[in-house]
Amino acid sequence: MRSLFDFHGGVKPDYHKEASAQQPIAVAPAPTFLVVPLHQSIGGMPRPLVAAGEQVRKGQRIGAADGNLSAAVHAPVSGTVTAVEMRRMPHPSGLFALCVVIENDGREVWIERQPFDIHAHSAEQTRAYLRDAGIVGLGGAVFPSHLKLAPGKAGKLDALVINGAECEPFITCDDMLMRERAAGIVRGIQIMRELLLPTRVLIGIEDNKPQAIAAMQAACAGLSGIEVIAVPTRYPAGGAKQLIRALTGIEVPHGKRSTDYGVQCFNVGTAHAIHAAIDLGQPLISRIITVAGNVESPRNYDVLIGTPMREVLALAQPLPDTDRLIMGGPMMGVAMPGDEVPVVKATNCILAGSKNLFPPPPPEMPCIRCGDCAKVCPADLQPFELYWYARARIFGKTQEYHLFDCIECGCCAYVCPSHIPLVDYYRFAKSEIWARETEKEAADRAREHHEFRQQREERDKQEKSARLAAKTAAGRERAAAALASVTQTEAAPSPATEARKALIAAALERTRAQQVTPANTTDLAPEQQAEIAAIEARRAEIREQARPHLPPDN
Amino acid sequence: MHNSPYLLKPASVQSVMLRVLAALLPGLAAYVGFFGMAILVQIALASATALAAEALILKLRDKPILLFLGDGSALVTAWLIALSLPPLVPWWLTVLAVVLAIVVAKHLYGGLGQNPFNPAMVAFALMIVAYPQLMSRWPAPGAADFATQWQMISGAAVAGLDALTSATPLDALRTALHTAGSGASVASAISAAQGSTFGQFAGRGWEWVAGGYLLGGLWLLQQRIISWHLPLAFLATLTLLAGMAHWIDGQHFAEPLFHLFGGGAMLAAFFIITDPVSAATTPRGKLIFAAGIALITWIIRSFGAYPDGIAFGVLLMNIAVPLIDRATQPPVFGHKDSAHRDFDHGGPS
Repeated sequence: MRSLFDFHGGVKPDYHKEASAQQPIAVAPAPTFLVVPLHQSIGGMPRPLVAAGEQVRKGQRIGAADGNLSAAVHAPVSGTVTAVEMRRMPHPSGLFALCVVIENDGREVWIERQPFDIHAHSAEQTRAYLRDAGIVGLGGAVFPSHLKLAPGKAGKLDALVINGAECEPFITCDDMLMRERAAGIVRGIQIMRELLLPTRVLIGIEDNKPQAIAAMQAACAGLSGIEVIAVPTRYPAGGAKQLIRALTGIEVPHGKRSTDYGVQCFNVGTAHAIHAAIDLGQPLISRIITVAGNVESPRNYDVLIGTPMREVLALAQPLPDTDRLIMGGPMMGVAMPGDEVPVVKATNCILAGSKNLFPPPPPEMPCIRCGDCAKVCPADLQPFELYWYARARIFGKTQEYHLFDCIECGCCAYVCPSHIPLVDYYRFAKSEIWARETEKEAADRAREHHEFRQQREERDKQEKSARLAAKTAAGRERAAAALASVTQTEAAPSPATEARKALIAAALERTRAQQVTPANTTDLAPEQQAEIAAIEARRAEIREQARPHLPPDN
Repeated sequence: MHNSPYLLKPASVQSVMLRVLAALLPGLAAYVGFFGMAILVQIALASATALAAEALILKLRDKPILLFLGDGSALVTAWLIALSLPPLVPWWLTVLAVVLAIVVAKHLYGGLGQNPFNPAMVAFALMIVAYPQLMSRWPAPGAADFATQWQMISGAAVAGLDALTSATPLDALRTALHTAGSGASVASAISAAQGSTFGQFAGRGWEWVAGGYLLGGLWLLQQRIISWHLPLAFLATLTLLAGMAHWIDGQHFAEPLFHLFGGGAMLAAFFIITDPVSAATTPRGKLIFAAGIALITWIIRSFGAYPDGIAFGVLLMNIAVPLIDRATQPPVFGHKDSAHRDFDHGGPS
C-alpha cells in the first residue's frame, strides 16, 4: 500500500449510494423528440450545421466547434431536425439557449463509424478529432478534453490522475461505469498516455467502492505504470485538485494549469468516451446518469444527450411528493427550472428532491465565528471571513481572502451551526466582481474611444485652419509654407506637438497605472476566462430574453 | 427554494451552547459540594436576568425573540458570570453584571456574533473595579449554612461576615507575600493556612472545582466544540511562566500547579477564552491569543493589585484579535509558499 497525501478539511455526509448501485446500468429508451443544446462545454458556442427540415443520422455532427476552446455536438439519433431554436436550459436561472430539436425516426441509422488510428495521425490531428467528436470532461466541468491532452510548460508529465473517486452523495454513475466497463476506461487511459506520455498513471477511487476498485485492478492487470489507489472516503475527495493532492501531494493553485505542475486529471467517464471515439468511431452522444433521491427505484441509465429529464426520471418512478429536480449531487448540484430540460454532457445525476429528503434549512442565525467552516474547507480558506466581507459587499477584501480559490464544494455551509447559506454569498460576490469588471472594461473602451476622437478632432481643426490660411489672400508662398508645416506636422511632428503628445501619453499611463486590478482575476487560466465569457454570454442571453420575444430567423 | 448544498449537518448554535452548559456541570457539582447552594441561587438569578434582558433588547431591536432566546448564548454568558463572581455577592450585583454583559457588551455592539469583547469578562471587570469590597465575598469551605448564604445574597446585614467568607487562594497568597515586614514565603504562607484556605496543591475546595472544569473542558474537546489550541496554549504558557519564576525564586513565586488550580485558570482555559465570537480564529492566532492572556494573567497575579488577572487578560487580548487574525492567515491551497506574504502586504481594497 502506497502512502497517501492528505488534503485539508472535507466532510462525511450520509452517502446514500447503495440504492442506485444495486442493478446494472440500463439503456434508457430513446425519446421521440430530443433537444440537443449546441453549447454543452466550456468555451465557444458551436455553430449549428443543420437547419429545420434536414435529415440527420445518428452520430452526425450538428454543431461545429467554435475555435479551439470548444467541442462539437452530434445528433444522438437518426431523424429529422424539426427546429433550431431557443429552448430552456438545465441551468438554475432557466435561461434559454440555441438547441437542435430532432424528431427520432427510430431507425438508428448511424453515420459511417471509423476507428481513428492515432498512430497514423499526429497528436495535433488526434486532438482535433477528439474536439470534433465532442469529447468533454464528464465529471461535471465539461472542459474540452483535447485541450488537456497537450503537454504543459513543465514538458514532462509526472502523473496522469484518473478520477474515479465520485465523492458526491447519491451519485454512482462512475462507480457502475468502472464495474461494468473497466476495459473501455483502461483503453481510454492508454490513448491518453500516448498523447501525454506520463511517467505514471494513478487511478483514484474512494474506498467505499470495493467492486469498482476490483474491476479496475483486474482491467489494469499486466499493465505497467498504472496503479489503482483506494483513497479514504471523504467529500470532496473527487474534486480534481483534492484528488491530485491526495495521490501526488501536488497542489495546483487556482487559475493555474495542472500540466504546468506535471500532472493532469481526467474523469473515468471521459476516459471511456475517448475510447469510444477513437476505437469505435462513436462521438459523444450518450452518457451514464444516476437517477436517485426521491424515487421508487434508483438506478443508473445510459441516456442519450438531449433526452428530456422528465423521461429519464420517469424510468425510476419518482415518488408523489417530489417537488424539485437537481442536476448533480446534493452538495454541489443545481436545481432545474423544469423537468422538460434536456440531459446534457454535464448531467451526471438527476436527483429527485422533496421536502422530506432535503428539508429547507432552519432560519439563518448570525455567524458566531466558531470556525467550523475553516476546519472543513478543502481550499484552506477562512469561509467566515469571506462571508463577512461578501455580506458587507466589500468585494476587494473577499479577493484578498482568496474568494476565487473557493471551489463551491459546500462543506462550509454543510457544517455551519448557524445555517448560513455560505456558498450563496460566495456566488453572489463572484458574480458581482465579474459584473464590475465587465463594466470597467466597457468604460475603459469608451474612454479610449473618446480620447482618440478628441485627438482626431484637434488634428482636423489644425488642418482646417491651415487650409483656410492657404486660401486667404496672403499669397501663394505663405499658403504653401503653411501647408508644408502641416504636412511636416504629419510626417515629422513639430517639437510642440510632440511635447503635447508625450504629455497625453504620460497622463494616460498614469490613469492606467492608477486603475486597480483586482488581485486574483489577473492571470486567469483559459478555463476561467472561458467561464467568465460563458457567464457573460448567459447574461447577454438573459437580457435578450427580457426583450419582447421575436422568433429567431433560423 | 434554497440552493446547494441540500444536505446539512444536524448542528445548531443551540446544541453548541447546551453542550457548553452541560460541560460546566462537573465543576458546578464540586462547587456546590464544597461551598454550598449559594452558587445555584446565583446561577438561577443570572439566567433569569439574562433571558429577560435578552428578550427586552431583542424586542427593542425588532429581532425574532424566541429564535434568539433559543440559541442559548445568553444562558452561557449568565452561567459564566455567576461562576466568575463570588457566590455571596448581593443579588443586585449579579443582576447588574448580567444586564451590563447582555445589553452593553453584547447587544450594543450588534448582538450575537458581533461583540468584540467577551461579555462575561466585561461584566466581571466592571464589577471588580466598581465594587472591590463586595467582590471579595468568597465563601470559606463549609462555613455557612444555606440560610446564612441566602441572607447575604438577599442583601441583609450578616453578623460575623469575616468568619463566613474567605480569601481565595490566590488572594491569600498575594496578601501574605505583599504584607510589608511579614517576611513570608510561598511555603510559609501556604503552610500557615493549610487545610483552611489551601488544599492539597492549590485552594481547598477550589482545586476540585477547577478539576471539574478540566473534566468538562476535555469533554468539549472530545466533542470538537472547542479546538485544542486555546486551552493548551493558555495552560502551557501559564505553566511555563509560573514554572520559570518559581524555579528562579521559589520564595516569592507560586508553583505552576497552584496557578493552574488556584484561581479561574481552568474555567478560563476551556470556557471563557474559547468564546468563539471574541477569540482569535486562525490556528496560529489562537495560540498567540491564548498565550497573551496567560502572560497578562500571570503578570497581574504576580505583581498586580488584583487577586486574579484573567478578565483583564481576556479583554486586552480581545481587542488585539483583528490584528492577530489578519497577521496569521493560514496559507491557501496551492499558495503555500506565497499566500502569506501577499496577504501581509495587503491587496487592493
